[in-house]
Amino acid sequence: MFETVLVANRGEIAVRVIRTLQRLGIKAVAVHSAADEHALHVRLADEAVLLGPAPAAESYLNVPAVLEAAKVSGAQAVHPGYGFLSENAAFARDVVGAGLAWIGPPPEAIEVMGDKVRARQAVLPWGVPVGAGTADPVTDLAGAQAAADVLGFPLMVKAAAGGGGIGMSVVTSAEELTRAFETAQTRATRFFGSPEILLERYVQPARHVEVQVLGLPGPRVVALGERDCSVQRRHQKVLEESPAPLLDPALRERMFRSAENAALAVGYLGAGTVEFLVDPVAGEYLFLEMNTRLQVEHPVTELVTGLDLVEQQLLIAAGEPVGFDPDAPPLPVGHAVEFRVYAEDPVRFLPGPGTITTWTEPAGEGIRVDSGYAAGDTVTPYYDPLLAKLCAHGPDRPTALARLRAAAAAFEVAGPRCNLPLLPELLDNPEFAAGHYDTQLISRMR
Amino acid sequence: MEHIRAEMVANVWKVVVHEGDQVKVGDTLVILESMKMEIPVVSEVAGKVDKIAVHEGDVVQEGDLIADVDD
Repeated sequence: MFETVLVANRGEIAVRVIRTLQRLGIKAVAVHSAADEHALHVRLADEAVLLGPAPAAESYLNVPAVLEAAKVSGAQAVHPGYGFLSENAAFARDVVGAGLAWIGPPPEAIEVMGDKVRARQAVLPWGVPVGAGTADPVTDLAGAQAAADVLGFPLMVKAAAGGGGIGMSVVTSAEELTRAFETAQTRATRFFGSPEILLERYVQPARHVEVQVLGLPGPRVVALGERDCSVQRRHQKVLEESPAPLLDPALRERMFRSAENAALAVGYLGAGTVEFLVDPVAGEYLFLEMNTRLQVEHPVTELVTGLDLVEQQLLIAAGEPVGFDPDAPPLPVGHAVEFRVYAEDPVRFLPGPGTITTWTEPAGEGIRVDSGYAAGDTVTPYYDPLLAKLCAHGPDRPTALARLRAAAAAFEVAGPRCNLPLLPELLDNPEFAAGHYDTQLISRMR
Repeated sequence: MEHIRAEMVANVWKVVVHEGDQVKVGDTLVILESMKMEIPVVSEVAGKVDKIAVHEGDVVQEGDLIADVDD
């Protein structure tokens, strides 16, 4: 196993990775921007290296600075977390080129799955169901209109290289397509450096269900259960749970096989997530994309399987056997749910940075809190609004939800805006309570 | 005169209108960026843009003046 690992991230995920490193006796090196000089992940790490000024482009996305930090700290491996450089194939290659271990999949797998059009083409021969959509990327409005004539409305317009809901929208007419295409292209170019757009038939009502996979040498891929992530605002997740409520067991098994095949199609290694849209009425599912990194909501899977996924990532990257029998992966025990505590208001979901004056985390049976902040810390406008992930585990869904409700009520946060009041409202929603909801749930509530 | 103020700490990403422009209710005046999100600042009245108080790249605090619209 490695002796020193650099964590190329910030906030709750850096803290979470550092905790596993330290539990395993591995020296944890943090990196940070000038704005994060006193951040929790810096305080916890065994060593910290300044990357540059506050804007992410000059710090957490600054490849030469991260590589230099790895060199000066004597790190043997780099854990990228999620976001930032985690899905940057060129960075992964640079890490390997510098003689370090990359705690992630092969760069080629990142490249193929990072392009939504190539990803669809890669998984199709492996029998993974893919929705009707553009076979090749569209780069101009005429191409988009021609595609719409074939596919019909409603359509989802997405950046081919995108993620995080940025530039994504649903259109129901040619007029809407014109506007959405221009917006998507502007944002795709600005955020992802590529003007390529993908159009897909929009499925509604749909649930967003994803499968956690681990790619092992062999090649071999193990599905470690699913997560329902249908509770979203602006195409971004707010609450995730596992197992997915009311999911037909036969359908679940088919999704597991498809997820394993999607990963095998790109020679996957390490932790990854295959996202599907599920049509609960027709009992069908479609491949959306594969996230080639640790997912934000991975704690939900950890709670039901008892595995530490970061530890499995480290073992795989170090060429050691994983901590369970791949022929008999752990079956989920009970039910787990995660609520993302964001620095945003609970009604319009507008962000509100600020200095944290009160921060009291809840505790109790089945409760886990992964946070990136503590009292006295400042939440700046430079990075994403995730403050913490509040998770609850219980023998069944009602118990897990009751524990989550009690924990949210006990979670005291003051200073920045905070979306915690959304949680009891969600739990009281009859559709959510029944487990019968789709990605439009929050839109209907607002 | 309608004073339009920033609702949160943010970076001014884009100034969409110019002083002297006529705007309708709901027209975007400025686009702010905070926590990886673009937040359009819209006019709540119809009228003439009397003043744009920010430049692209500025950092605004909650309550800072963004624009004056003369209704």
